[in-house]
Amino acid sequence: MPEFLTRLNNAAKSRVLTLQEYFVLAGKSIRFIFARPFYAQDVVQQMDEIGVKSLGIVMLTGVFTGMVLALQSSVQLKTFGATIYIGNLVSASMIRELGPVLAGLMVAGRVGSGIAAQLGSMRVTEQIDALNTLGTDPIKKLVTPRVLAALVMLPVLTVINDFIGIIGGNIIAALVVGVPSAQYWRTVWAQIAADGFTLRYFPNDFVQGLSKPFVFGAIISITACYFGLGTTGGTEGVGQATTRTVVTSSILILIVDYFITQLLLSVLTYGR
Amino acid sequence: MADDPMRRGSDKGRSVRAAIRRELAVDDSAHEGSEPAPEHAESRTIVEIDHVSLAFDMPILEDVSFQACEGETVAIVGESGTGKSTILKLILRLLVPDRGQVRIDGEDITSLTFDEALLVRQKMGMVFQGAALFDSMTVFENVAYPLREHTQMDEDEIEGRVREKLEFVDLDPDQVMEQFPAELSGGMRKRVGVARGMANNPEIMLYDEPTSGLDPLTTATITKLIMKLQRELGVTSVVVSHDIRSVFRMASKVALLHDRRISFFGTPEEMSGTDDRYLNDFLGGASA
Repeated sequence: MPEFLTRLNNAAKSRVLTLQEYFVLAGKSIRFIFARPFYAQDVVQQMDEIGVKSLGIVMLTGVFTGMVLALQSSVQLKTFGATIYIGNLVSASMIRELGPVLAGLMVAGRVGSGIAAQLGSMRVTEQIDALNTLGTDPIKKLVTPRVLAALVMLPVLTVINDFIGIIGGNIIAALVVGVPSAQYWRTVWAQIAADGFTLRYFPNDFVQGLSKPFVFGAIISITACYFGLGTTGGTEGVGQATTRTVVTSSILILIVDYFITQLLLSVLTYGR
Repeated sequence: MADDPMRRGSDKGRSVRAAIRRELAVDDSAHEGSEPAPEHAESRTIVEIDHVSLAFDMPILEDVSFQACEGETVAIVGESGTGKSTILKLILRLLVPDRGQVRIDGEDITSLTFDEALLVRQKMGMVFQGAALFDSMTVFENVAYPLREHTQMDEDEIEGRVREKLEFVDLDPDQVMEQFPAELSGGMRKRVGVARGMANNPEIMLYDEPTSGLDPLTTATITKLIMKLQRELGVTSVVVSHDIRSVFRMASKVALLHDRRISFFGTPEEMSGTDDRYLNDFLGGASA
């Protein structure tokens, strides 16, 4: 076989192996959520690390995103004399797309890199091997609590991000564009109601906006743990694991967001 | 011929052998008045590496065999990168050999599942080269970790055991228990590593370069600690080390790993009495 074909073959095998390892880690970490021993204290600690400590950055992102959305849309809507619909635009954009995606990207940057660096350091200083030799499964002890915490906290952060973003829009609508707050909030709710309900009571926008961060939480935590646990080559390796985590999870969030949107738009009864 | 480097190594090896004999004699006198290390000629085999071969991209180990009997300390020596630490990983069943068997207390562990291997590892304590203490935990939490994971002991019992183990390794529990690993010196970290390794009263202790990077006094302290574990608790130990001086003080048997095989396995006295050229060169180089 020519040399370049051999190299191509090896590269393809390596990619497939990487994917296999990634999904095995994902499967194990989720399976261990329901298996003893439960590391409840670690889960709470990670919820604090992933959720509470990310609150500031997520709220800051939310409020400025809502404000800029209101500002930009007011320019367009003014030409049609329809500035009273700013609330519709801001709420639909925030709840369906920008809230989940921006919260995901922020957490990928802040938390994903932190997890990869921590597990990477543990790997290069033999602490992961020490866990193994002490009879503890590192996936159960280190990965599962982080995945569980991210699955719970990402939706919570997204809801806060959405709400703060809509408030940011309200500030600009009221102070810059001149739309009264009561009018703004009426249009926000009108938009949510207009997009229909799932099982009669759950607004479709909420279903879409809350199913995404759940998936993003899994992507960020599993990607970070995968690269962290796979760290080789000392401190330089830790740096590489951190960079790979942020880049890979950010790209995955954007790609998966498209497919989830496509799927949900075909499943949920929007405008019907 | 006088400039032949091989010959120079052998000459040096002979002088080293003489120094080792003196060392062994000093050690014998140092033990006077205390309980002598027990003889284990008839003891049961606790760790057995049986014709083990392992390769990754290239062969690492080929047909490696040796045993550690109950209460013995077996030291594995050899050049860097010859697979010494790999043998510890095989004993811990972190790696599985391509051929051969690894038996712990007579049980072949090579065919165990991951969960079964976790149970076998509870029989063992491991001391890592860099101690590998969990840096997010205090010294107390580090030593208590295996107790909390694998026993039903209550907090008072755990604290009692942690204090006992820290005192065994000559650390003052009240002084170090609430400290984090980053606040300790290298020698103290190693001693906490030993305390954590022996917290669960394992039958087997494994040491990966326990004296590397330590000053001569701390090296002597750690060496004495390993000897104390053997003498007072009868723990079976496997030590990977480059420190020939310490090895000759603590080991019941020495295995020399060379060219992917065990080229020598015997007592330190037998090792110091051999005429094998590579062994003499190794001893000469190791003591240089």
